[in-house]
Parts: sequence; structure tokens; C-alpha cells
Amino acid sequence: MDQLSPNLEIKYHGTVILATLADEKILDDTQIQELEGSFMPLVEQNDAIQLIIDFSNVKFLTSSVLGLLIRISKKIYEKGGKLRLCAIDAKIMEVFRITRLDKIFEIFSDQDDALVGLKR
Amino acid sequence: MAPTTVWHKSWNISSVRREAEAVCRELLKAVQIRGYDEHELFGVHLALEEAFMNAIQHGNHGDPAKRISIDSLITPEKIDISITDEGTGFNPKGLPDPRHGNNLYKCSGRGVLLIRAYMDVVEYNERGNCVHLIKFRDTQGRIKKALDS
Repeated sequence: MDQLSPNLEIKYHGTVILATLADEKILDDTQIQELEGSFMPLVEQNDAIQLIIDFSNVKFLTSSVLGLLIRISKKIYEKGGKLRLCAIDAKIMEVFRITRLDKIFEIFSDQDDALVGLKR
Repeated sequence: MAPTTVWHKSWNISSVRREAEAVCRELLKAVQIRGYDEHELFGVHLALEEAFMNAIQHGNHGDPAKRISIDSLITPEKIDISITDEGTGFNPKGLPDPRHGNNLYKCSGRGVLLIRAYMDVVEYNERGNCVHLIKFRDTQGRIKKALDS
């Protein structure tokens, strides 16, 4: 497992990259910038990346994180990749539903579920 | 402190995240000990984070010399908080709905929607630099309404 930053752990399942957010709360600009600084090179260096972001540790986030996810997804889709989210806490899932971002992100219950159908 | 007591406190802080966090922690503690459940606490926390972010970044444009004032009244029945920045204000009615059309793919503009979803009353003063937030106990209907709309 690689630790790209203190708040992101990376594992590889064949060609699939599994990124687990380490922080329980993601709310300040510094955290967002660190995450963006970890994710963007990963996305830019891997054409057609298959990325799963695991939220199992996350219990609280703000709208800034939603903005970051959209920036990441745009970059991934530009390069023909796939993005999946998994293990989202029920209260955070409610935030995705309120903002209707549950309609534009592929969201799965856990890592195993998210891996189904990806090329490995 | 007994959970049935009425709690009132005001602050005038610098427009910096660290000071806003300290106020947020104190407010959430006052809410928690008055018996609000985990879901209500989550909603108030999110609304406060978004409101402070708006005050610091959009109202005061990140200028730490500018001030933010906060007034709060917390009882077992309701949470009543006002946050005022030194900005020129904004028209909340002029905000595009982030759930519709291409707005769904924009990277910002969801803070006010989330505040409205989790609080029962969200009012702005005429200038638009003060947001008044009220949450009554048990707002499941409010959340459901936001999800259904």
C-alpha cells in the first residue's frame, strides 16, 4: 500500500487503483488542497485510469469535497477513465442525494462491489 | 451544565478558519449536550461549516482583518444562530440551483442548498451579509422535502 499523502492510501488491484480517504472529517482548504495534490498527478499520469475512491473512514465532509470530486471526475473522463465511489456513510450519502450528485457518480456499497466489471 | 438550560453566546472573531472552527466546536458542544441526536448534529455542523466558509471566502474575501460576528441561542427545542460578515452581501435568490442542468457539473455553489436542506429557517438580511439559521428538533420532514423536490 502506498501513502501518497497523510490523508490518502493507495492500493492496486491489477490495473485498478483503489484510493482510501484516511481522514474522518474533510472540511478545511488545506485538506482539500492536499487531496487534490495527490489525486491529480495520479489521474494525469494514468490514461484511462480506473479509480475507486473508498469513503469508509469518512464521517463528515463539506461541499468543497463535492467540488473536488467533480474536478477529479472531469479530468478522468477527459482521459477516457472510470471513477467509482464506495463505502459512503449513510449521512454523507444523504448529502449526495440532496445535491443530486448520486445521479452523476457511480456509487457502490463496498470495494468488492465497486471492482465488479472493471478490467483487471 | 444541565441539558434543559437555555444557552446564549455571542462572538466577534477574525475572518480566519481557525477562529471559526473554535466557535463551531463550542456551538456543537452546546447543541450536543441539549440532547439533539447524531443526525441533527451532523446537519447543524454541515450548515455551520458552509455558512462560515461563505462568510470567510465570499463575504470577507479571505481578508483576515475583517470580522465575523456570531449570535447564538440554543435550547432543547431550537438552535438559533446568526452569522454576519463585513461583505457587501449577496442576493440568495440570484443563486442558480446546483441540482439542475449543467449546474450539476459545476465545482461550487452547493453550500446554500445544503444549509437550506438541513436547517428549518434560513433568512438573509436585506444587505445579504447576515444569515440567520434556525433548526427545530426533529426535522426529518425538512430533509425528506429537500430530497423529494
